[in-house]
Amino acid sequence: MKNSDWPLWEVFVRSKQGLNHKHVGSLRAADAEMAIENARDVYTRRSEGISIWVIESKNVHASDPSDMDSLFEPANTKVYRHPTFYDVPDGITHM
Amino acid sequence: MKEHLFEYLLRLGDDSLILGHRVSEWCGHGPILEEDIAMTNISLDLIGQATSFLKYAGEIEGKGRDEDNLAFLRIEKEYKNSLLVEQNNGDFGVTMMRQFLFDAYRLPLFDALQHSKDEQLAAIAEKSLKETKYHYRHSAEWIIRLGDGTEESHERVQKALNSLWRFAADLFQADEVEKALEEAGILPNMADVKSEWLKNVQAVVSEATLSFPDNNWEQHGGRNGKHTEYLGYLLAELQYMQRTYPDMEW
Repeated sequence: MKNSDWPLWEVFVRSKQGLNHKHVGSLRAADAEMAIENARDVYTRRSEGISIWVIESKNVHASDPSDMDSLFEPANTKVYRHPTFYDVPDGITHM
Repeated sequence: MKEHLFEYLLRLGDDSLILGHRVSEWCGHGPILEEDIAMTNISLDLIGQATSFLKYAGEIEGKGRDEDNLAFLRIEKEYKNSLLVEQNNGDFGVTMMRQFLFDAYRLPLFDALQHSKDEQLAAIAEKSLKETKYHYRHSAEWIIRLGDGTEESHERVQKALNSLWRFAADLFQADEVEKALEEAGILPNMADVKSEWLKNVQAVVSEATLSFPDNNWEQHGGRNGKHTEYLGYLLAELQYMQRTYPDMEW
């Protein structure tokens, strides 16, 4: 059994109800079922989660690091997109 | 009745303890990292179950022996685990077949034991059942993968079934201990548990395209303390620290 024979999977775990699934890492498995079981053992054995998603890594499409300037740089000069220019009224506590 | 319950708790506890130790031998040697962690998890679950059963056994016995005392300071003939769980790990196919035959037995047993008239036993069974369900899912899936996999994996796991089948029979020992506990409502009808076990095993074996050995010879003895030669070596390792440094704790 060679590790490289099995595809790579990305693992997402939801830590509790109402929160998003969060990427926690990756692992090797022969199919989706085995990927979920392996993820259970590798990533949730210390009660880290209540739900697991797995997705084959080849299905993840990523942005190109060399495009960073054109993709992300422009947002840095648009401070007005952050709602930081408002005065929070008195009595609003949870903001 | 107390002696019978003590005796039966040893069977439960020793099955978990000895198999837990066997599976722990894989730690750091698993075929892949993920499986290595899975097996270590299973091993820890089993050792946790052993702790619960042996602790309760010590209380029932009432001679001041605790779970550590029972786990580490008995001699070979005083262990009441089935012959199946003490067998050597062999290759991964042997380990998974041993695990599968065992999990398929523990599943209906714990399911029924949840309703035992003995509340403590029912509580331990209920807690352990959740773990056992996962163990069964894990081992049954591997048997199907290996049996219905490549020519080599099929051949190996078939060989494992051929060699372990006679020891699997030792999981069940319809003797006066079990009968008395059945009558007291502490144990479920063990004949029902056995037929449930057989039904599960047959379904998975056939899905895995495996076949049962022609020879239906049953090797018994574990429940009476008559073990195969492998248990002594296992105990030597298991007990070494406690024998060498009596009463050590950490």
